[in-house]
Amino acid sequence: MLKITNLHATVEGTEILKGINLEVAPGEIHAIMGPNGSGKSTLAQVLAGHDAFTVTEGTVRYENEDLLDMAPEDRARKGVFLAFQYPVEIPGVNSAYFLRTGLNEVRKARGEEEIDAYDFLALIRAKMALVEMDESFLKRSVNEGFSGGEKKRHEVLQMAVLEPRLAILDETDSGLDIDALRVVANGVNQLHTPQNSAIVVTHYQRLLEYIVPDYVHVLMGGRIVRSGGKELALQLEDRGYDWIREETAAAAATTQPAGA
Amino acid sequence: MTEPAATPAPEAALSDTEVLEQFAQRDYKEGFYTDVESDSAPPGLSEETIAFISKKKQEPAWLLEWRLKAYHTWLKMEDPTQRPAPEQWAMVHYPKIDYQAISYFSAPKKVSLDSLDQVDPEILATYNKLGIPLEEQKMLSGVAVDAVFDSVSVATTFKDKLAEVGIIFGSFSDAVKQHPELVRKYLGSVVPTGDNYYAALNSAVFTDGSFVYIPEGVRCPMELSTYFRINAANTGQFERTLIVADKGSYVSYLEGCTAPMRDENQLHAAVVELVALEDAKIKYSTIQNWYPGNKEGVGGIYNFVTKRGACRGDRSKISWTQVETGSAITWKYPSCILQGDDSVGEFYSVAVTSGRQQADTGTKMIHLGRNTKSTVISKGISAMNGQNVYRGAVQMQKRATGSRNFTQCDSMLIGDQCGAHTFPYITVRNPSSTVEHEASTSKIGEDQIFYCNQRGLSTEDAVSMIVNGFCKEVLKELPMEFAVEATKLLGISLEGSVG
Repeated sequence: MLKITNLHATVEGTEILKGINLEVAPGEIHAIMGPNGSGKSTLAQVLAGHDAFTVTEGTVRYENEDLLDMAPEDRARKGVFLAFQYPVEIPGVNSAYFLRTGLNEVRKARGEEEIDAYDFLALIRAKMALVEMDESFLKRSVNEGFSGGEKKRHEVLQMAVLEPRLAILDETDSGLDIDALRVVANGVNQLHTPQNSAIVVTHYQRLLEYIVPDYVHVLMGGRIVRSGGKELALQLEDRGYDWIREETAAAAATTQPAGA
Repeated sequence: MTEPAATPAPEAALSDTEVLEQFAQRDYKEGFYTDVESDSAPPGLSEETIAFISKKKQEPAWLLEWRLKAYHTWLKMEDPTQRPAPEQWAMVHYPKIDYQAISYFSAPKKVSLDSLDQVDPEILATYNKLGIPLEEQKMLSGVAVDAVFDSVSVATTFKDKLAEVGIIFGSFSDAVKQHPELVRKYLGSVVPTGDNYYAALNSAVFTDGSFVYIPEGVRCPMELSTYFRINAANTGQFERTLIVADKGSYVSYLEGCTAPMRDENQLHAAVVELVALEDAKIKYSTIQNWYPGNKEGVGGIYNFVTKRGACRGDRSKISWTQVETGSAITWKYPSCILQGDDSVGEFYSVAVTSGRQQADTGTKMIHLGRNTKSTVISKGISAMNGQNVYRGAVQMQKRATGSRNFTQCDSMLIGDQCGAHTFPYITVRNPSSTVEHEASTSKIGEDQIFYCNQRGLSTEDAVSMIVNGFCKEVLKELPMEFAVEATKLLGISLEGSVG
């Protein structure tokens, strides 16, 4: 479904991603962990098409198409969803209207009929129950005055409505208390099907107690330095990142030819 | 395995900035000229010009005297462009206007207020093209229209139907002939002839406009509107509108305006006076779409307008709503004088400046009566090189005890070459009044656009949606039919699709 090959990206001339390789098959959940500043959020933003980042090298294939060649809205319409780490406020724009407009764009791209306001209301009510959001949300402006937890639930709600093929969750767990975390994780798990995949970017192992990943990758210094199963996350929880940093440095010293 | 060569960054069809610029730079669809036979005064301003206008309109002697008095007052007043900048009220820049180069009267020859059959078909075609058919069967059923073409009213629809309930609606010139006592009683009673430079000029040379009288206890059964069209070149439009709502009556009135695209600036100096007696309510909405000039700032209308309403009676209410998208320069402050106790004044405004447009607009809420209340919601949008000023005066006079004002002015910037400015003037002369002022400035952020993109919206739709959200509080004050027109004008579609 997704194949990232040797991806390099810069922001304002500084290289952040230094050769990412990652392959995600349908139905898989991949967790990406790593210390602050390692490039996790950059990877998420590059996949979604944020123009603050420049891809200098490498390719990303998504469903056998060149993802990097698509405008951000086309990526979204083709099923790539990013749950933002910092969801943006849009004052005066009704949340339900915003979401219905987005859904209709996605439906049009899938060759489906647009959904009318009445059917949409039924749909969103069902999805709201999933993330335990209350009715008043429908009347509010997009993210305006939302608490941190509400913003994150709102991201998961949008994901539930848009039903993406590939969901990328960028630190959706940060700043959440344990109840909110459970709600968010529950939302993600319910959406998980044998066809739909997810990339879960997180700082902490605790989210992975609720969302069980098939693979865990450690991103450090702009590269994936280690991959493993879910037990890798537990190891990181116990030992931190330093041991990986040291092992990686040692490996680099022995294997890399001088001057590379 | 060999890595593929570096892939260049994806190039979107248009950058965000380009889309934003296109958004701000919509085509001016109303910029055509109609070739009609017209009767014009030669350029120049003198007592003779004024006598000529007055004679054309078959006015009584008192009105000619009133005009001449205003003219002499105007002659003694200082041209605001000649004042040093710090002493100027408005922050707008334009060269000194040559008042002798303007023609003060231009009227199409074939006009009849009795029947549309006698109106030049070219004029009817013009209004059709503007989307304002004057044949009653084709019109929006709930809206009566007075169509003003250059210096005269060419048609008024639903006049008879309105007369059945005692409502007088029609051209100002006609009202002078049919209802001189009403006109004489209220003309200049809200905006005195010497109020300001452009109001004095208007009082001397005004040509046509609308007159509305709603009798006691009558709720006007339809929206009343006036559509102003400047057509002739080198002509100023000086319209005069007077609306009187008698005790316990209600009226909703709307004006729209357009002009051809020309490289010369044209002057539009109007005066609008509203009078609301006890328990009367007037809702006055404007969709101003005069030609704004091209993006380098060549041409466009100078829109220098004095609009003021007097809430004379207790519990009366005047509400101004304006959507200002046109004109090279806009200079207007629709205001309320809250004389009656418990009277209410409201001002809702969206002003858009792009290209080289300048807008200095806002309101004055003068609280004189007890427990009076005013609300001001102003939304300024600046794009490209546009300059947008909110200027508002709130005065709580000594007798206005227990009064309240709430002001909110928000500015939105699109791009980095434009400007937004806010100048509140607040005076409180009694201890029991409350004045609140809130202001904010925001920029359409790339992050907002990207967030929308990520949910499947195109950049055009995202900008529309963000701007629409920003203006929502004001747009919802417009009568339904006009809200649709206003949103279209703002390049916004309520449905979220590209227009």
